[in-house]
Amino acid sequence: MDLNRLTLAQAIKKLKKKEFSLSELYSDIQLAIEKQNKELNIYLKVDEDAVKKAHKKENEILAGVPIAVKDNFLTVNLATTASSKVLDGFMPPYESTVTKKLQAAGGVVIGKTNMDAWAHGSSTETSDFGPTKNPRNPDYLPGGSSGGSAAAVAADMCIAAIGSETAGSIRQPAAWCGVVGLKPTYGRVSRAGVVAMGSSLDCPGPIGKTVEDCALLLNVMAGKDQYDATTVDTSVPDFTKNFKKGVKGMRVGICYIDHPQLVGTPVDHAIKEAGRVFERLGATVELVKLSTILTPDYAIGAYTILQRAEVSSNLARYDGIRLGNDRSNFGDEARRRIMLGTFALSKGYADKYYVRAQQVRSLYIQNFKQLFERYDLLISSPSPGYALPLGASTNNPMFGELQDVLVEPSSLAGLPGISVPCFCDPSTNLYLGLNIMANHWQEEKMLAAAYAFEQNTEWNSWTSKGA
Amino acid sequence: MKEKYENIIGLEIHVELKTVSKMFCGCKNDPFFASHPNIYTCPVCLGLPGGLPVPNRKAVEWTIMLGQALNCPDISPLLSKFDRKNYFYPDLPKGYQITQYDKSLCINGNLVIPIRELAERNPCLPAGRSPRMRETSNELRDSSHKNAQNDREKIIRIRRVHLEEDTGKLQHVTVDGKKVTLIDFNRSGVPLVEIVTEPDFRTLDEVDLFLKKLQRIIRYLDVSDADMEKGSMRLEPSISIRLVGSSKLPDYRVEIKNINSFRFVRKALEAEIERQAQGAKEQYQATRRYDEQTGTTMLMRRKEEAQDYRYFPEPDIPPMRFEKTYIEKLRNRLPELPDAKHARFMNMYSLNDQDSSLLTETRKFADYFEECIKVTKKIGLVDEISAKKIANWLINKRPDIEMVLPAQFIEEIRNAVTVVELSSEEITGAISTVLETKKQAVEDYKNGKEQALMFLLGQVIKELKGKGNKQTILEKLKERLASYGR
Amino acid sequence: MKTTKKSTITFSSQDVKKIAALAKIPVTPQEEQKLADGFNATMDVVDELFKVDVAGIEPTSQVTGLVNVFREDEVDATRQFSQEQALANAKRTYNGFFVVPQIIAPSFAKVSADRSAGKQE
Repeated sequence: MDLNRLTLAQAIKKLKKKEFSLSELYSDIQLAIEKQNKELNIYLKVDEDAVKKAHKKENEILAGVPIAVKDNFLTVNLATTASSKVLDGFMPPYESTVTKKLQAAGGVVIGKTNMDAWAHGSSTETSDFGPTKNPRNPDYLPGGSSGGSAAAVAADMCIAAIGSETAGSIRQPAAWCGVVGLKPTYGRVSRAGVVAMGSSLDCPGPIGKTVEDCALLLNVMAGKDQYDATTVDTSVPDFTKNFKKGVKGMRVGICYIDHPQLVGTPVDHAIKEAGRVFERLGATVELVKLSTILTPDYAIGAYTILQRAEVSSNLARYDGIRLGNDRSNFGDEARRRIMLGTFALSKGYADKYYVRAQQVRSLYIQNFKQLFERYDLLISSPSPGYALPLGASTNNPMFGELQDVLVEPSSLAGLPGISVPCFCDPSTNLYLGLNIMANHWQEEKMLAAAYAFEQNTEWNSWTSKGA
Repeated sequence: MKEKYENIIGLEIHVELKTVSKMFCGCKNDPFFASHPNIYTCPVCLGLPGGLPVPNRKAVEWTIMLGQALNCPDISPLLSKFDRKNYFYPDLPKGYQITQYDKSLCINGNLVIPIRELAERNPCLPAGRSPRMRETSNELRDSSHKNAQNDREKIIRIRRVHLEEDTGKLQHVTVDGKKVTLIDFNRSGVPLVEIVTEPDFRTLDEVDLFLKKLQRIIRYLDVSDADMEKGSMRLEPSISIRLVGSSKLPDYRVEIKNINSFRFVRKALEAEIERQAQGAKEQYQATRRYDEQTGTTMLMRRKEEAQDYRYFPEPDIPPMRFEKTYIEKLRNRLPELPDAKHARFMNMYSLNDQDSSLLTETRKFADYFEECIKVTKKIGLVDEISAKKIANWLINKRPDIEMVLPAQFIEEIRNAVTVVELSSEEITGAISTVLETKKQAVEDYKNGKEQALMFLLGQVIKELKGKGNKQTILEKLKERLASYGR
Repeated sequence: MKTTKKSTITFSSQDVKKIAALAKIPVTPQEEQKLADGFNATMDVVDELFKVDVAGIEPTSQVTGLVNVFREDEVDATRQFSQEQALANAKRTYNGFFVVPQIIAPSFAKVSADRSAGKQE
C-alpha cells in the first residue's frame, strides 16, 4: 500500500477519514525500515511497541503518526545516546519538552535516528555507531548533524521527523537529502531535554516531506517552556494558517552567491533560478552584493570559537559517575572540539578569542538588522554544494564548520531559516537546497515563500508536481 | 630585636538560603534533614543531559536584601548576570558551577563592629591582644589603619555579595576494603550567597564580632539559619602578616578551608598566624586546609597551581536588570535591623547598652519583649510593670518564649510584684492557721509523707487567697514544720 | 605557544598536553602531535576573525533580548526524581550514594565530610 510514502498532512487527513488504520500505516513503515535500515543505518533504535502507543490517537492533532526523533532528544522509553559511546546504554529518566509535546498531540516516536556524535558535524560520519548513507544515493553522505532524521524522511521510513540545528544541522542535511528542514528562531522551541551542544545557538526543529508538514510540526513544538529560560513569550501563531499566502509584494534579497567559492557553481545557478521563480510569483528580487555586507568568512571563526567554547563546558558533565561511560569514550571529533573550546576560554586567551567572537557576533546581528529593514526575506543555499561522498569528512578537522559557512552568520544572530529542495542532478540523484531566511519571529513569512516555491516547482518528491 | 607583625585578615563567607526550593530547579531545598541521600534531585541539579537552569526569584530578592542590610548602596538600574565557573570535581555534577563573576548582585557594603566591647572583655591587656599571641602584635587602636572610625567602632568593608549554587556532598569511607568516596546530590543546587570582605580584620576578636553580627543580621532577615554546625554558614578566612608600620597590603595571602564550626575559627586562625609568624619572610600565595585533629593547617595548593576556571556568561540564563522602584520595594521589605532596634530600645524603653544588646540578640526575643510591653499596656499595668522590669525579668529568667505566651509571662511578673507586697507576717499567719487546723497532714509529713507537704502548701496558698510567691511560702512552711512541735 | 606568519598562534604537543589535562580528555603521547596539527589547521581558519574591526563593539551573549526570567520558589514534584531514578544510570552505587574511587590523599581522608563545610577548589 505504500502508506509510508504519505506526507504528514495526508496521513492525518486520511486517518481521520478512516481510509486506513494505524496498524496498516505502521506495518508499511516497519517494512520500509526492515528493508533499508541495515544498509542506510538511519535508526539507532526502533520502538517495536510504537504501534501500540498509537492506539486510538487518530483524532488527535498528529493522529498517531510515527515520527523519527534525532538521538539527542531524551526519550523515556528509548535509549538516548547522541550517537556517542559515552552515552551508550543511557536510559533517560525524563522526557524532553519537545517529544513530550509531540506525544501529547498524538504523535508517536517510532525510533531514534543517527547523528553526528554530540551534533558535532555536518556529515553524520562522526557518529560512534557508523555513518548514515544518503537514501538518494547511498555512496554519498546525508549531511549532518541531523543526517539520520533527514534520511528517514527521504527514505519514507517515517511520516515526519525532528532534528536540531546549531548552524546548519537541520537545513544542510535536509538539502542534501532533498527534503524540507526548518530551523526556528532561537528561543522559539524549548531545548529542555535535548543534549546541549551550543547553548546560545541550539534550535530543535522539524524535518518533513513538505513545507506544510513542517508548519504542522512547528505548531506543536513551539512555545515558551518553564524549563528553558531562553524560550521567549512571543505568542505562537498558527503556522498552518497563512503559509498559502504567497510572496506577492515581498522584497527578497539573494545572499552570498557572488562569493568567490560559489560563483559559477551549480549552487549559483540554482539560487539565481529560485530568485527568478520568486519574481514570477510577484516578489521583488535583487542580489545583495557580498561587498555591501559582512562576508560569511568571519562567521566561521566566530562560530567555531563560540560553539566549541560552549561545547567544552556543556560536555564537562559526562564523567561516567552519574550516568554513561567515562571520558575515554569520546570520539575524535568530540575530543578536538572540547579541547579547542577549552583553549578558547582559557586564561590569557579568552579575551583574544572568546570575547572577540562575541563581538563579531554583534556585528552580524547589526548587519542582519539593517538587511531586514530593506528585505522581507533573504535567500541563499544552506550548503556550498551537493552531498559529498562517504569518507569526505574524515581527516578534516574543520569539515563541519566549513560546510556550514553559509548559515553560520544567520545562526549566530538566532535567525530562522527553512531549506526546500531546489534542484536535482539526474545523473547522481543528488539535491541542492534553497535556504530562505527571515527576521526573528517571522517564520510565517518564510513558510509562505517556501510553500509558494514548492508548489510552483517540481523538486519536491511528494507534491503532485514533483512526485 | 624581634620584629613586630600584624595580621591582615579577610573573610569569605557562604550562606545557604532557606528557600523552599533550590536555586535553579524545583527540587526541595532541605539537604541537612534529608532522610536519605539523592532524594531531592532532578535533571538540572543532577547534571543530566538536557537539564537547563531557571533561577529562583526569591533567592535573588533575598540576596539583594541581604546586600542592602549590609549597607551595599542601591544601584539603578541594577545590572547583573550569572556566569559559569568551569572545573572538574565529583560533587559538581555539571562540571561547572553557576555563580557570579564580574556583575555581583551587591557590592561595596560594610558592617560596623563595636570595639569597646573588646576593651571591656580583656581589661588586663592592651585592647584586643589575646594572651596567646606572643610574637605578633594586635594593636587594635591602630591609628594608621584607615578604617578605625573612632575609638568605639570599626568599619569592615564588604567587597561583594553574590549568588551561586551549592555543590553535592562527599563522604570518604571504606567499602569492601577499598577506599571510596560517596556522593550525595541533595545539596547540589541549593542557593548559596557568598560574602567577601576586604582584608580589614586585624585581630581574631574582630573576626568573631563580625561573624556574630553577620549571623544576627542574616537571622533577622530570616533568609538562612546561618548555622555553622549544620553547614548553612561556612567560612574561609584569608590571612597574611606584615611588619607593623607598613601600609601596603602583603603580596600574598593564605586561604584556609575546612573550618566546620565557630569554635574552630579561632583555633584555625591562631594556628595559621603562628605558622606564618615562624617563617614570615618565606610566605607565598596558597590554599591550606585546617585539620581538626592536629589543630594545624596543611598545604593544598600553591598559587602557580591555581585553577583556570574559564569564566564565561551563563548562556542558559538571560541577564538581570532591576529598576529603582523594584530595588526600593525590596528595601522596604527589610525588617528593623539589629543596630536600629538596639538604638530604638535604648531610646524608647530607657534601657542600657548591655540590656538592649541582649534583648535584640534575636528578632524573636526582641519581638517577644515588645509583645510583653503591649500586654502590660492592655491590662493597664504600665506603672507597676515597666519596660525595664520586663527587660530584667526576660534577661534573668530566660523563659522558653516558644512555650510561654507573653500574657502568661506578664502574669508571672505580676504575681511576683504583688507578692513583694505580701508581708512576712501575713505568710506566717496563714501558715500557723493551717498547721493548727490540718494536724493530721502535719503528722503525715513528720512521718515521712512528702505529699503531705504539698497538701499543706496548697492550703496555705488557699488561705492567702492565691497571692504570694509559691517558692517563698514553701520555704517558710518547711522552716515552720522543721521547728514545729518542739 | 609561538606565533607564525599564518596564524597568530601555534600549538605544540606540550600545549595539547596542557589543554587535554584542563579539559580532562585522555590523550596519549602519540596523539599529541596529530592533535596539535589539527588545532593549527583550525586556528588558521579561525584567525580570519582578526581581520574584522571590533573596536567599541559590545559582545553578545544572548540573542533573545530577554531579561529577568525566573521561577517562583516552589517545589516541583513532577520533576523531582525518586532515589531509584536518580541512581538508575550509574555504574556504581552504594546505599543510595554514587560512588567513585577516593579522590583525596589519605591524610585528608581522616577529616570527615570533606567539602560539606569546606568549599569547592
